[in-house]
Amino acid sequence: MQLVEEADAKTIESTVEKASGRATGTEPVIKLDHIHKIYRMGDIEVHALRGVSLAIRQGEFVAVMGVSGSGKSTMMNIIGCLDQPTRGGYILDGHDVSKLSKDDRADIRNRKIGFVFQGFNLLSRTSAIENVELPMLYAGIGTAERRRRAQEALESVGLAGRENNHPNQLSGGQQQRVAIARSLVNHPTIILADEPTGALDSRTSVEVMEIFQRLNRERSITLLLVTHEHDIAEYAQRVVIFRDGKIRSDEPVLHRRDAAEELKTLPVLDDDDDDD
Amino acid sequence: MTILVIFRIAFRALARNKMRSALTMLGIVIGVSAVIAMVSIGQGAQASVQEQIANVGTNLLFVGAGSQNVGGVRSGTGASQSNRLTVEDIEAIRREIPTVAMASPTVNTRAQLIFGNQNWNTQVQGVNEQFPQIKKWDVASGEFFTEGDVRTAARVIVLGQTVAESLYPGTDPVGQTVRVRELPFRVIGVMKAKGQDAGGRDQDDTAFAPFTAVQKKLLSITYVQFAHVSAISPEATYSAQEQITELLRQRHKLAPNEENDFFVRNLTDVAEAADATNKIMTYLLASVALVSLLVGGIGIMNIMLVSVTERTREIGIRMAVGARSSAVRTQFLIESIVLSLTGGAIGILFGIVVSFAIPMMFGWRTLISLFAIVGSVLFSVVVGVLFGYYPAHKAAGLDPIDALRYE
Repeated sequence: MQLVEEADAKTIESTVEKASGRATGTEPVIKLDHIHKIYRMGDIEVHALRGVSLAIRQGEFVAVMGVSGSGKSTMMNIIGCLDQPTRGGYILDGHDVSKLSKDDRADIRNRKIGFVFQGFNLLSRTSAIENVELPMLYAGIGTAERRRRAQEALESVGLAGRENNHPNQLSGGQQQRVAIARSLVNHPTIILADEPTGALDSRTSVEVMEIFQRLNRERSITLLLVTHEHDIAEYAQRVVIFRDGKIRSDEPVLHRRDAAEELKTLPVLDDDDDDD
Repeated sequence: MTILVIFRIAFRALARNKMRSALTMLGIVIGVSAVIAMVSIGQGAQASVQEQIANVGTNLLFVGAGSQNVGGVRSGTGASQSNRLTVEDIEAIRREIPTVAMASPTVNTRAQLIFGNQNWNTQVQGVNEQFPQIKKWDVASGEFFTEGDVRTAARVIVLGQTVAESLYPGTDPVGQTVRVRELPFRVIGVMKAKGQDAGGRDQDDTAFAPFTAVQKKLLSITYVQFAHVSAISPEATYSAQEQITELLRQRHKLAPNEENDFFVRNLTDVAEAADATNKIMTYLLASVALVSLLVGGIGIMNIMLVSVTERTREIGIRMAVGARSSAVRTQFLIESIVLSLTGGAIGILFGIVVSFAIPMMFGWRTLISLFAIVGSVLFSVVVGVLFGYYPAHKAAGLDPIDALRYE
């Protein structure tokens, strides 16, 4: 962890914008500045991102849409520090993270970013609580503290009592909730959800969105949600649409949906209690 | 990120796939137990050869007439020169060389022994009364002949166990008369059973008579063929060997450029030669076993490589939530070390069990070697690191995006 702190110290100096507005909710926690990404496949150059600039403030819930090949996945990978931009600046939580080493990016992912994937991406044959503990394991947090925080995170997504179930003993909705608990557990700056409802039925999708909305409202967690479904995007506050490696539109959601309200009207066919 | 945490991660990963972990370890288990069992067989054989030679008497020197050319041109007892060893030579050896404790002139002949309707062809050895002490070989019943019997060339005979059992099945031969080449000899004793020698010959298929009687009554010669000489201690055998050679050259009036017309064999040399042969055998067995250990190591690498491919997504997940490449590399390296070390530990137990079982099943002697145990443990760690490194390196080098997308 020592390395990261040194790296952080350096990036603070080189950062144009001071990370002062984080608590006020006015200064962006994510600031992309003319991001370009060029992949080289043999002789062919693929221009995946052609100058994307985007600012996301603390506590925002943003949906990202676009057809495949539009560049939204590339941008999510860059925001998630899984990939680096070819050109352009990326400031996350006041630090320039566009030119970090592989190890430093791993540490940034560990402490500042939570991931939720379409395919859940839980470790198989590993209990729910151990899956949730995983990021803390790499953060060097002690056993007792790990247990406590993992327990807390599982409770906050409504999975108390399921700690020792393995992924194959949980329904899809429950698995995704374990993944959300895992993304929360290191108190990240932002949670990136890559089509989190893509593998779920409609009611379970609403349940997952209810958790996201609640986390966003109650804890003012910043959320970035990739989806190709318009009705899912309407749970966010703002929708960014990608096309041909550029942002085509960036607009607030006019009639925002409230998942908690919808759940009350939806018929209860809760398959979450079936352990199959 | 302490190493302890990574250890726990590695253990959990192995525990998640118990069957595969067990099968992977099997290669190392077999390799290590083979090394331990093979080395213990080799060392056991070595120990029993050493014991056999100690049984013969390590102080023992063997003097023979005729030159023994190691090149093989002239060896053994040549015809014309064989009479150059005399009773006086042997007497001189006994008297004049301080490192020599005892000496017995020896003349051998094969003869037909007849008792009643039984007959047996055996080697009759003419020796003196000191022979039982020199060879550390006592009589089982009756007694050995005396100095007086030797002086008077008495027709007395002491039978080996095999001869006694063949000629006198079920009865005590002491006091009976046996005919040796038609001459009656009185049986005065039976030797204790000695068993086979290192070469597999039955040492009990023999009979002893005073060398004077064998010389005069059976062979009509005055010279002796051999002498059994006992040095005062095992260490003294070398100087005794030199002094005997010197004395005999002097007595035979050999010019400095002349070859010896006799040979003095130190049985310690024989022991050392047998020991060396056994060492080579041990090394041979151990190296064959080492090859199987190596194959076990390659098995680990194979499984770890498969495991890295199969767990690509897991690696991607770990990297996404913040595992550094080094943490992933260490995890896989530890997994392979744990596999090889656990396999090594089980292999040690198994090897020891086999080493105990072999004597019961085959009657071979085994001797468990601490060196083999320590060596195979070290080797398994080396195997774990060496063959685990490449798969671990491959895992650490994965790109998290590709790894997460891997189906």
